[in-house]
Amino acid sequence: MNRLSPFNVVSLTLGFVFLYIPMLILVVYSFNASKLVTVWAGFSTQWYGELLRNEAFLDAAWVTLRVAVISSTIATVLGTMAAYVLVRGGRFFGRTLFSGMIYAPLVMPEVITGLSLLLLFIGIGLDRGVLTIVLAHTTFSMCFVSVVVSSRLVTFDRSLEEAALDLGASAFDAFRLVTLPIIAPAVISGWLLAFTLSLDDLVIASFTAGPSATTLPMKIWSSVRLGVSPEINALSTILIGLVTIGVVAASLATKRAAVQAARDEQAAARAA
Amino acid sequence: MRRAALIAIPYAWLLALFLIPFAVVFKISLSDIALAIPPYTPTAKDGIWTMLSQLDFENYVFLSEDDLYWKAYLSSLQIAFISTVLTLMVGYPMAYAMARAPEAWRPTLLMLVILPFWTSFLIRVYAWVGILSNEGFLNQFLLWIGVIHEPLTILNTPTAVYIGIVYTYLPFMILPIYSALDRLDGSLIEAAEDLGCSRLKAFWLITVPLSKNGIIAGSFLVFIPALGEFVIPSLLGGSGTLMIGKVLFEEFFSNRDWPVASAVAVILLLILVVPLVLFQQNQQRQTEAGA
Repeated sequence: MNRLSPFNVVSLTLGFVFLYIPMLILVVYSFNASKLVTVWAGFSTQWYGELLRNEAFLDAAWVTLRVAVISSTIATVLGTMAAYVLVRGGRFFGRTLFSGMIYAPLVMPEVITGLSLLLLFIGIGLDRGVLTIVLAHTTFSMCFVSVVVSSRLVTFDRSLEEAALDLGASAFDAFRLVTLPIIAPAVISGWLLAFTLSLDDLVIASFTAGPSATTLPMKIWSSVRLGVSPEINALSTILIGLVTIGVVAASLATKRAAVQAARDEQAAARAA
Repeated sequence: MRRAALIAIPYAWLLALFLIPFAVVFKISLSDIALAIPPYTPTAKDGIWTMLSQLDFENYVFLSEDDLYWKAYLSSLQIAFISTVLTLMVGYPMAYAMARAPEAWRPTLLMLVILPFWTSFLIRVYAWVGILSNEGFLNQFLLWIGVIHEPLTILNTPTAVYIGIVYTYLPFMILPIYSALDRLDGSLIEAAEDLGCSRLKAFWLITVPLSKNGIIAGSFLVFIPALGEFVIPSLLGGSGTLMIGKVLFEEFFSNRDWPVASAVAVILLLILVVPLVLFQQNQQRQTEAGA
């Protein structure tokens, strides 16, 4: 299987060009001196300066960051619980409904989720603002966390947990000392996924945010509807940069953890 | 006892914030519009009987009588279907090449596919506005190499929506297909070739059927969200492209007709029930196969 045909090389190259060219153009043109976004007029960082002086954007960024941190943290706890229940919970009443409610939000069109949550919040008289966005984001991102964590849970050796229980650990200690360290990489990537989903979301936030809270995507949306602007290019570049650093760092960390784990296993094998 | 709590907490959360909201949408889709805020008449206040007697289907009748909604549903289905096929056509060769690439390259290739997925959806769609517009980069490039002599109109047409959907949902197609192909036993193909199968025939008879689950999962991951897509048709499709997600959003925010928006959502949900159930069964089979 390890030979790339010319066709394979071409499809990979074209595919990656297609995936990366648009972002590359955004980044390059964020340093454009001209206000006209499709005409190059020399290098400049003026749009970054203007962005940093724009209070409305900074406020929105702060709201978005708070929502993302809180919702992804709650979602990680709930999602990990849900994954544990799905993989280890055995049969219980309403299991099919439960797994349906985990998988459906992954693909549910955002307009439906957003509309239904808004109508619920209004129905129970909850004022819309940061709290309602957090509730909404937690709900859909816990499902993503749960899928990521359960894919890790199904692959790991259950006898490790059983050994801990046999040796006298309580169920909670067995989870804390054995299961959690093993699934930790999945839990962390689940948190990161929930965090980015929350940072990203426009539609659900538009429905559930009241007039008191505006998130960054909502702010970006209201300005891109009027067309391409160099300020948004600058903001995009900052976001793309942050994500790139995050993803590269995370993948280096997982690689190092994998190497470390292999080394530990060898050491254990030698000791035995 | 602990097990019960472990099950109950996420269960209750999802019931309260995922399932019950649908019931609310359903109820409001059967109520009348009111001018006060919230713009609908609550129907549950005066007891069950009055509520039942006040329920009416006039919002649904309204939807069925107005051409706009029919067209929006049909064109959403059409756009979602065509984009799913296009995404599969772009994504499968990429996933296939990744699975055949040397072991050492794979983590990097995988990261290159995942990276755009972590980047803001809105920004990735927005990037295409500058590329596809009349004086955009694509037209500048094509004019420069002399393929065309006057700019093509791509932005604000369905073509732009197809490009946008393929672009943003491509990782969702590649990842499940790649993971199916990655598990595929190469010796099966060698055996087929030894037995006289041509490479193409071996591909059709062995590789494609064995990556079926990946293709199904990937197609649903593209088709279902694309059906209700709002951002892509609004930014790239212009006023000429009708999609139901956009209609719902506008009904809600511009016309402030909440009962009609709810009825639009209920029908969209009914259309989605079949693909959602199939998707869920496929996922469950895979989870159980992995266990």
